[in-house]
Amino acid sequence: MKRILLATVLVALAASGAASASEQHPTLAELERELICPTCHETLAVSTSPIADRMRSYIRARIAAGDTKSEIKASLVDQFGEGVLAAPPKRGFNLLAWLLPLVGLTIAAAVIAVLARRWSSGRGEPAPPDPSGNGRAPIDPELERRLDEELARFDA
Amino acid sequence: MARRVKIALQAAAVGVVALLVALLAWQVVRTDQGKALDSKVVAGEKPTAPVFELDALDGSGQVSLEDLRGKAVVVNFWASWCAPCKDEAPTLEAAWQKWRNRDVVVVGVDLQDLTSDAQRFVDRYDVSYPVLRDKHNWTWGRYGLSGLPETWFVDREGRLVGEHVEGPVTAEELDRNIQLALGSPS
Repeated sequence: MKRILLATVLVALAASGAASASEQHPTLAELERELICPTCHETLAVSTSPIADRMRSYIRARIAAGDTKSEIKASLVDQFGEGVLAAPPKRGFNLLAWLLPLVGLTIAAAVIAVLARRWSSGRGEPAPPDPSGNGRAPIDPELERRLDEELARFDA
Repeated sequence: MARRVKIALQAAAVGVVALLVALLAWQVVRTDQGKALDSKVVAGEKPTAPVFELDALDGSGQVSLEDLRGKAVVVNFWASWCAPCKDEAPTLEAAWQKWRNRDVVVVGVDLQDLTSDAQRFVDRYDVSYPVLRDKHNWTWGRYGLSGLPETWFVDREGRLVGEHVEGPVTAEELDRNIQLALGSPS
């Protein structure tokens, strides 16, 4: 258990270190994956449009000038709007894009849990047979009452 | 209890689907709004030009189409990376010089562009008419744009008139449509 905990902490620390390095010294390749060409709506990594070429040149110049990833992204958002980001920012109305899939997954998990519980309870131990029924299911009391009435009428 | 939960879940699912359909319809209507302008102008109607309020490229503040009411306005949509935009820039500048003292304004709307590139373009082609930056692509859908450059003409009443020029505009097209925008009867 301790080993798992230690491994988890080490992985988390390594991930945060990598994220910090990426923030301080971004590469063109990672920014190309995180930004969208405003004319063709593909990521800069695959777009061959003229504005994508210009944006790549701009990013190269900003990286050379020592800008962080956040600064470069903020500068491009200022010039093209938030539509330039491949992933919507986690705030305001855009938060819905992040939350809705989680809400959907939670609801789906809840529905599956309810259905599974209902299904398993339906397959529980069978009810003990009625000793007077020769192993068959007991008769509905209302049906039994009507049957008795019919027999009494027949006998009369 | 289980029945209530089931009904609540069904209602939530229907609500989510209705919301998504409404969003889709809104997007379709918004996109068609710009496209419809073309057919209206071709049919001889004079639809109201979508009003915009955008930052001037030179940082002198915001300019609204409303501010230009009473004048004929040439609205030219362009970007610095677009080759035909470079071809038409001298033609637009010549028209601006020719008509600027006769109640005509040429407005360049730069979109899908880097601000520094736009400024370099303006300097290189000696553009002296007002240039605005549409940073959020606001005008693209509302004016039914499908590429760059494109030019619309607005009359003194703020209505779209004449031709919607897709591609580089010529001096003849500018003169013809400016006269129409200036003298457009109500």
